[in-house]
Amino acid sequence: MTVANPLELEPGLQPQGWLRYLSFSLDHKVIGIQYLVCGFLFYLVGGALAGVIRTELASPMSDFVGRDTYNEVLTLHGTIMIFLWIVPVVNGAFGNYLIPFYVGARDMAFPRLNAVAFWLIPPAGLLLISSYFLAGAASQSGWTAYPPLSLTTPAAGQIVWILSVLLLGGSSIFGGINFIATVLKLRRPGLKLMQLPMFCWAMLGTSILVVLATPVLAGTLVMLSFDIIAHTGFFNPSLGGNVVVYQHLFWFYSHPAVYIMVLPAFGLVSEILPVHARKPLFGYTTMVYSIMAIVVLGLVVWAHHMFTSGTPPWMRLFFTIATSFIAVPTGIKFFNWLATLWGGKIALNSAVLFSCAFIFNFVFGGITGVALAQVPFDIHVHDTYFVVGHFHYIVYGGSVFVIFASLYHWYPKFTGRLLNEDLGRLHFVLTFIGFNLCFAPQHWLGLNGMPRRVAEYDPAFTTWNQVSSVGALLMAISTLPLLINVVVTAFRGPVAGDNPWNALTPEWLTSSPPPVENWIGEAPLVTEPYGYGEHPGGFDLDRISGRDLWSSGKS
Amino acid sequence: MAVPPALITLLIGVVLTLAGLWVGHNVNLLPVEASSNAPVYDDLFVVLFSIGTILFLGITGLIVYSLVRFRRRTGDTGDGLAIEGNLPLEIVWTAIPAVVVLFVGIYSYDIYERMGGMASLHDHGAMAPMVEQVSVQSSGQDERIWGGIGRSGDGGAVLPVDVTAMQFAFIFHYPGAEITSGELHVPLGQSVELHMEARDVIHAFWVPQFRLKQDVIPGQPTVLTFTPTRAGSYPIVCAELCGPYHGGMRSTVVVHEPEAFEAWLQSNRPATVAAAPGHPTG
Repeated sequence: MTVANPLELEPGLQPQGWLRYLSFSLDHKVIGIQYLVCGFLFYLVGGALAGVIRTELASPMSDFVGRDTYNEVLTLHGTIMIFLWIVPVVNGAFGNYLIPFYVGARDMAFPRLNAVAFWLIPPAGLLLISSYFLAGAASQSGWTAYPPLSLTTPAAGQIVWILSVLLLGGSSIFGGINFIATVLKLRRPGLKLMQLPMFCWAMLGTSILVVLATPVLAGTLVMLSFDIIAHTGFFNPSLGGNVVVYQHLFWFYSHPAVYIMVLPAFGLVSEILPVHARKPLFGYTTMVYSIMAIVVLGLVVWAHHMFTSGTPPWMRLFFTIATSFIAVPTGIKFFNWLATLWGGKIALNSAVLFSCAFIFNFVFGGITGVALAQVPFDIHVHDTYFVVGHFHYIVYGGSVFVIFASLYHWYPKFTGRLLNEDLGRLHFVLTFIGFNLCFAPQHWLGLNGMPRRVAEYDPAFTTWNQVSSVGALLMAISTLPLLINVVVTAFRGPVAGDNPWNALTPEWLTSSPPPVENWIGEAPLVTEPYGYGEHPGGFDLDRISGRDLWSSGKS
Repeated sequence: MAVPPALITLLIGVVLTLAGLWVGHNVNLLPVEASSNAPVYDDLFVVLFSIGTILFLGITGLIVYSLVRFRRRTGDTGDGLAIEGNLPLEIVWTAIPAVVVLFVGIYSYDIYERMGGMASLHDHGAMAPMVEQVSVQSSGQDERIWGGIGRSGDGGAVLPVDVTAMQFAFIFHYPGAEITSGELHVPLGQSVELHMEARDVIHAFWVPQFRLKQDVIPGQPTVLTFTPTRAGSYPIVCAELCGPYHGGMRSTVVVHEPEAFEAWLQSNRPATVAAAPGHPTG
């Protein structure tokens, strides 16, 4: 298979060394790292904004930042964390780095589109953040941008917000098309779909969601911008528009967006756990079908975000049932991971600790999610801190914990060096305690009457808000050991060797870091990516000979 | 003496279930109940909380046990058991959540119906004996109600109140008595029906002690029915981001004894009421 090689296309123009990470590189591994580092920088910005929110909420009065500023901060926090950190990192970073390895290809199907998709992100992110300084006021209507509020807040900031989300949505669609084409069409001859590592299925499902749902958001935001600039009346009630239609269109994308953030994380955990538990992934086939069930159900649950809105009773009922049932395929995945751990020989390293904490957090968030799916329950807690707590258990306790687990697992692949385990475990302990301290009390706050997106609240809620703020401070501190670890290890860390975990998935069957086209010689054919484990009474020879065979492609 | 694993599993299951039920019934996370809807809601909460606790404790226990029991000892470089799946087991843990979720769904539907959530919003205008709503026959001309919680149909007298939400206040208007107020005053034990519409952006009317919330939407009237069951003052909170002072958009609902409510009506009947923040009567 011939794939565009940047070195052949533009001899001498592609920079080498660290400079290639700042270039329009077509190498999927470089693009993956670009996504990861870029996303992490935005994570620091979004985290600082979260710090502003938690500082403001440490006292019941609006006394830290102005009320307008507070709404700008919460809007930017949500938008940055979703569109510039989690979506680009779980999809763009790990997807780009791993998928070509997993399908046995030398690059993505469309390398140039891939580079374009990445290079849309930094300008879009800078545009979004600069709106705070340039336009005088950034968007103040939350990441949901519900009209008519988004039509009445300062127009320039809202337009910049729409533009940057459109760019980021475009980037996401380009990436989705690329992943679908790569998984379906670029597989090494002889490699069947049901032999792919689980992350491929997760990315396939995610990309289907991206391609189906993101254009709806784009269309909606274009209509919203027409309402703002051209004074059309799509969503403007005073011109005969309908504000609830916007909510339907927005959530048609933005509920699947949760799965776009979480399904790749499911895939990554499915890669990490078998390696460190030394066991095959339990129930491969049911895992695949659960992913596809989540994709289908994920498209028909959006109106559960609108139970208190202008929705007729039958619609509330339908979306309750559909949403509850998404717990079934999700539950299957969690039971399968628990069964993967059962009877294994589990290395208690940072990657495993973060993965298991992910299960803990996500189960909690899933249980509150099923509760929220019930209309009568939701009518009380909708738009309260209960929802804020639930949501962060899903996207932080879920996706972000998995991003950290993946970083510890694949860092040796990216750099050839092993991260320090002591710092890693410190990072884990601080993050885990800080996270739960920050978000668990928010459930109580919501149940007892604290709405979300407020700068001031009933003084009765002060104590638990302060606990929550202390948790946020711990989370901020927990970033330090990670940063120190990553930077110091990059230069001085112990050399990891090509395959420090003795893993069987294809990315480990080459050198670390890998050469430009992934393998020198043929790509290995891995038909059993989870072939770990000792068969009782069987011979060990089986595994050893297989590994020797696969690594023959290396040199 | 070896205890059979099946017995241990059964015992753990029983203990977990009891623990879940105990937590569900004894840990109170909710504010006081002040409407007829609240006890119904709290029943649902206890069921969800119990099931959730059982699941969460069970799964957490499994993780912790696995991490301790199956941790890799130093020097051990071997693999675990090569178990790739177990179809009967997988069918069991597909079926159990499906049944639980189905049960929860049906139960919450029942709760929702008892709250009046399934009452048809469009026949509603014709059912309620209201002063302002004329032309019952030509229901096509009636103002369309877009969403909300209707009446549970107990047939009792209903107190209609018009609610107008605007940045950053709720205005309550009593159509019969021509009273306009910034606070909501209602009599204990009588159904109250709020007809809500927003002036500018979307707001949401929420009384945590009533366990009820409904968005107030510009251009789309909504309705919210409740019966207060406990005298006292409770906060009305705007729950939908509506601008810079969203956090300050709060009011109070005062639940009076019926006689006290009559007295309040009488004392406020003159048009020179100072309770409203100087806004023209809608």
